[in-house]
Amino acid sequence: MSGILIVGGGQAAVQLAASLREYGVDRPIRLVGAESWQPYQRPPLSKAFLAGRAQPGDLLLRSMDFYHANDIDLVAGERVVDIRLGACGGVAETDSGQRYAFDQLALTTGGGPRRLAVDGARLDGVHYLRDVADALRLRADLPGRESVVVIGGGFVGLEAAATLRAQGLTTTVVEAADRLLARVVAPVVSDFYRSAHQRRGIDVRLGTSVEAITGDRGRVTGVRLADGTTVPADLVLVGIGMVAHTDLATRIGLDCRGGIVVDEYARTGHPSVVAAGDCTATRLPGAGLVRLESVQHATDQARVAAASLAGRLQPYRATPWFWSEQGDLMLQMAGLVTGHDRVVVRAGPDPERFCVLYYRRGRLLAGHAVNRPADYLAVRQALSRGASIPPDLAADLNTPLKQIPTEPVPCT
Amino acid sequence: MPKVFYTDADGVVRAIDGEVGDTVMELAVRNGVPGIVAECGGACVCATCHVYVRADFGDRLPPMDEQEDDMLDGAAAPRRPESRLSCQLTLTAELDGLSVTTPATQL
Repeated sequence: MSGILIVGGGQAAVQLAASLREYGVDRPIRLVGAESWQPYQRPPLSKAFLAGRAQPGDLLLRSMDFYHANDIDLVAGERVVDIRLGACGGVAETDSGQRYAFDQLALTTGGGPRRLAVDGARLDGVHYLRDVADALRLRADLPGRESVVVIGGGFVGLEAAATLRAQGLTTTVVEAADRLLARVVAPVVSDFYRSAHQRRGIDVRLGTSVEAITGDRGRVTGVRLADGTTVPADLVLVGIGMVAHTDLATRIGLDCRGGIVVDEYARTGHPSVVAAGDCTATRLPGAGLVRLESVQHATDQARVAAASLAGRLQPYRATPWFWSEQGDLMLQMAGLVTGHDRVVVRAGPDPERFCVLYYRRGRLLAGHAVNRPADYLAVRQALSRGASIPPDLAADLNTPLKQIPTEPVPCT
Repeated sequence: MPKVFYTDADGVVRAIDGEVGDTVMELAVRNGVPGIVAECGGACVCATCHVYVRADFGDRLPPMDEQEDDMLDGAAAPRRPESRLSCQLTLTAELDGLSVTTPATQL
């Protein structure tokens, strides 16, 4: 059997397989994932799942019936370790020695947590949070623990910190940059999150790097910071980013720069190979090489990749969107903030409800809304239409954003 | 065991037995009911699990919060008075026999 081989078993993989069938592809489709679980959703791992309100079975992306009904051969628990690629097609080999031939290949290999390289990083009680196995380990380690240090003030770290704080743990967040979420949001949003988490009892340490994790008899006891102080902890969670899995792509000679380089059709440099999801670095017109780690990107790029495999090219034009649920704070983001020169804040009396709109030369780039879903939606819909919301009107909270006439954006 | 009837845009009806505590979205996804995408997995941030609930069930449904109300405005298919996001509809014994119609598109 030849056909289409999808390497990886996450959100992009499942969407790619589903879209291939929707596009009428009737060739064999095989999906090989390294994890032993049926493909599942990752976002709840730092929230409901960590809080014990969801079980692995609750996270499944699709039922087994779906794979059967669509004739998708789902292989879980096998890691592809080698790929040999010819001019048209090739063979993949897994860690169990299985060999799968293909004539088209889709890489949806995702990524793994960036590892902390300090003394003590391998002590018991030091956790990462990327997949179900990580989350189950962390959950199993919670009973009786009283304090946690979260290393990294990004989305995963802050979501988990909020969840663990709500469970009563003494929680400290340590961030090397001088503000939270520094890579993705404006300072006004960073400052909000610092205050909001402090109000909920989280100790937030900014501009602070970790020198070592201290332990006793193999078990973590605290985190020693660069200023010499040690924060006691009986749990440590490291959330310092994701590293794309590009080994296989590199091995078959594909261009990789922090991710597998693909064009706006999700095509790699090889005519038989596409890639989608967290593992990619995408060349987008006018934006250069973009790395996005999100459910939206995984699913939208998977649709594009499936279309390319089906021979009906459709460019990636989706408006990026993202959400982060940190306790009772729902952050919804649309667009990309890269290169903004102005921000407009829509805020009222409630400090935990506001929206920040980002502009470059008067043109709307993105919006970040905290507990203001209507504002988020107005921004997303304007961006999807290629329109802008006039910045001078956007700050007026008395006018719903969606009622402000959008202005077309001249082509540049 | 509450039963839910899902009618797709072509009029095909699927009857699925759920458990109290399931959401109408989860039950559909788990059983491969077409017409519900649920891209965000139930966080109420994507509006791709939009359904039209048969009117006589309206007063038995959980109330709509602001998040759902606002996100419904972003659904791909037209919003109607009986529109809900199915990830916000948790099944109870009283909802046995719930009947929902999925729109022609969610994206």
